[in-house]
Amino acid sequence: MAKVLLEMNSITKTFPGVKALDNVNLKVEEGEIHALVGENGAGKSTLMNVLSGIYPIGTYDGDIIYDGEVCEFHNIKDSEKKGIVIIHQELALIPYMTIGENMFLGNEQGSKWCIDWNKTYAQADKYLEMVGLSDSSKTLIKDIGTGKQQLVEIAKALAKNAKLLILDEPTSSLNETDSRALLDLMKKLQKEEGMTMIIISHKLNEVSYVADKITVVRDGSTIETLDNRTDEISEARIIKGMVGREITDRFPKRHDVKIGDVMMEVKNWTVYHPEFSERKVCDDVSINVRSGEVVGIYGLMGAGRTELAMSIFGRSYGIGISGDLKLRGESITLKSPKQAIEAGLAYVTEDRKGNGLVLSNSILRNTTLANLAGVSKGTFIDQDKEYEVAVEYVKKLKTKTPSVEQLVGNLSGGNQQKVLLAKWMFANPDVLILDEPTRGIDVGAKYEIYCIINDLAKAGKSVVMISSELPEVIGMSDRIYIMNQAKIVGEMKASDATQENIMACIVGVSGEANSADGEGSEA
Amino acid sequence: MNRFSMKNVLKKNVMTIALFVIYLLFVGLAAAVKGTNMLDPSVVTSLIEQNAYVFILGAGMLMCMLTGGNIDLSVGSFVCFAGAVVGLFSVENNLLNKWFGVWEQQLVDGQLQNVLVKAADPLSTPVVLLVAVGIGLLYGAVLGFLIAYVRIPPWIATLAGYLAFRGLGTQILTTASTTNAISNFPKPLLNIFSGKLFETSWGELNIPCFVFGLVAAAAVVFITLYSRAGKIKKGYSADPLGFVIAKCVIMVAIIMFLTIEFALDGGMPVVVLWIVGVLVIYGVITEKTTIGRHFMTVGGNAEASRLSGINNKLIMFVAYLNMSILTVIAALVVTARTGAANSFAGQEFELDAIAACIVGGVSAYGGSGTIIGMVVGAALIGVINQGMSLVGVDQDWIKIVKGLVLLAAVVFEIQSKKGNKKQ
Repeated sequence: MAKVLLEMNSITKTFPGVKALDNVNLKVEEGEIHALVGENGAGKSTLMNVLSGIYPIGTYDGDIIYDGEVCEFHNIKDSEKKGIVIIHQELALIPYMTIGENMFLGNEQGSKWCIDWNKTYAQADKYLEMVGLSDSSKTLIKDIGTGKQQLVEIAKALAKNAKLLILDEPTSSLNETDSRALLDLMKKLQKEEGMTMIIISHKLNEVSYVADKITVVRDGSTIETLDNRTDEISEARIIKGMVGREITDRFPKRHDVKIGDVMMEVKNWTVYHPEFSERKVCDDVSINVRSGEVVGIYGLMGAGRTELAMSIFGRSYGIGISGDLKLRGESITLKSPKQAIEAGLAYVTEDRKGNGLVLSNSILRNTTLANLAGVSKGTFIDQDKEYEVAVEYVKKLKTKTPSVEQLVGNLSGGNQQKVLLAKWMFANPDVLILDEPTRGIDVGAKYEIYCIINDLAKAGKSVVMISSELPEVIGMSDRIYIMNQAKIVGEMKASDATQENIMACIVGVSGEANSADGEGSEA
Repeated sequence: MNRFSMKNVLKKNVMTIALFVIYLLFVGLAAAVKGTNMLDPSVVTSLIEQNAYVFILGAGMLMCMLTGGNIDLSVGSFVCFAGAVVGLFSVENNLLNKWFGVWEQQLVDGQLQNVLVKAADPLSTPVVLLVAVGIGLLYGAVLGFLIAYVRIPPWIATLAGYLAFRGLGTQILTTASTTNAISNFPKPLLNIFSGKLFETSWGELNIPCFVFGLVAAAAVVFITLYSRAGKIKKGYSADPLGFVIAKCVIMVAIIMFLTIEFALDGGMPVVVLWIVGVLVIYGVITEKTTIGRHFMTVGGNAEASRLSGINNKLIMFVAYLNMSILTVIAALVVTARTGAANSFAGQEFELDAIAACIVGGVSAYGGSGTIIGMVVGAALIGVINQGMSLVGVDQDWIKIVKGLVLLAAVVFEIQSKKGNKKQ
């Protein structure tokens, strides 16, 4: 048995109100590729942040034993000194610097005061060759594609003398060919350099292709570690570990809701990425939603769900948008969020702090933000009426706050989510697109949000609920669309849906790709 | 849901209290050290008149800063340029004659020379005002377009204006006049922006001014009590009556203090009407209208604002268009006060306006700030300026103190925000 390089023992990490990691154990042997899989929010990234010192010693409980000694990392520099290098999902490269400059950022070559550029570029070229990149190290980052940028990140990590490389969703922004090239590079590094690697991925076909061992993380705990070398682990087997959770009565029932005519219909909807204009983020998507109906869209992160929602909502995301949008049976073109709101659409963002709420403003002001006209005469705001509206919604949604004058930034996540919902409910839309409406909020608040969703459906609104939590999608929806890699890969009634057959839809697509690739490699 | 507490009231009005304390401090110091009476009507009037431009420009700067801490550096130079243009068209001068005068070739001392036969007529006051507002609109539209639609960072776009308009203004003045300044403005023009209403001799109580003050005080009391009554009628929480009455007493005291000072100094300065007008209009815009709310939202969270159906670009455009129009008004006020358009007019005005906003609690990152706060900030800086000069402190030291006050105000703002979060 090979030497154990890394051991993480009973790691527990709590954030205010949430236990992100609960007694997690992880063992990685030298020279293996170890995969971490699990649903969004299961705690994979938190675990890796603990390991790399982003969450310093003292902010968590438990031990990290690396290379035979107990480690106390205070910051990322400490862990890098030991050879633990993390490559984050979002590439951290500076576009207007050369590959060489980027590779040695914070690790500049030369004397203390003066950078030796010849050495820098010579070293850079050496590592680029190792990762199989033929571009000159003097090329600007902006001039190479994302696939190559990912390789630069790996070269950069190698330049730091990495012994343990952590890759967080390395292929999430890559196409099939580039992904496969990256995975093959990982295998090559393992074989030739004896590199130990931890990969976090949602793409199960990739995991079973590249990984020696697979650890499943669920709800902040490590569930099991599967050995991919001794017995071939099927994707279905991994899924079983990922989602093996019972749906209890965490979801309030909807009674006597009449599902009416089709309210919104999207046909052949295709959207391209605003920066990488050759990449489709939505590919020929067709969905519809009826009044009084809750339609769930399930998909893993990066499947194109948010992109779909935002592109429908007045083209607020993406370029080259094509396809038909029908509201109440009539074709309509929405060119701005303003037009979308006027047409009766609401998009309740997944990122409430980033683009949903104005944190420095009060509950009052946030509530009326999307429908100021509703409390104004001409341009003058009727502040008494505005106050009344804000108080009404605080009561209706049971938002916990001392007053409506409270700044939204001071509220808890669940209460912020309620303010965000209030804002869009007051805009009085016919169709509400809720993007991850319960992300990052506690169980009690989740239940209240579900009740609000039910009330909306009862009031005859159409609700599209985007979520990456399977139980939530199954428990709350009337009908479910399953989205994967920019496409709708399945549609089913909630009554027919199980966690397994939804995951099967996703695997179905990637499985095909897998077998196709398999044939390719044989030939 | 009664959330009234004395602590909050004090916390909200720290700057106002500081203004009172510092003012009284200087009144005492000036009397003790130099024997000067800072409460003397002429001293009070000059404090207001000298700082008139800060209030007007501060209102515009506030609107810019609300959109996300954006500033306009070209304000001071544009004051100079607008003053020069007003002078150019309202007073007979060389440049105007060169363009519009009637010239003939005549033999002078045996040589053929172009001689001015008939000087160009300066434009009438209304036309001059139209021209002034016109150039303000034009510059504001260009600036707004560059910032909002071409997406040039505001400080760069306005830095260009800062350099260019100082040069352009100076060039106009040196070409137009041998003294590098235009004076002798027509009386009607000056009277719109300076002087006093119904002027009486010094020391005599000016009745129209006094009546005006009484009416204003009564109006403030009425509005305050009326809005409280309205809230109670509709069943909303309102401040306690005692507090509201105390607030009214303080406001009336301030208004009557200023009124009596003005009334004893020959009457209401015209410029006060401009200041009050601008402040009331922008106070209403920022507090009561959807447009004002949009400004705060864009500065608070641009992306959330966009997804709420607000046209962020239009808001940015309007902010700079608005700033330029207020700059023209400030230019007219300043030119009328000094009675001349100079090449050094408006120097550092942009910084005064920005400082007034910052000291007045306007967020340097955008999204929050009030007209009242800006007024208090401007008054505080004005009082420190005047008080220290009267006490006989050196100009350099005044600058040092002003810098420290600015810094302290920002530190205070950031600290008090942190304090709020902890609750």
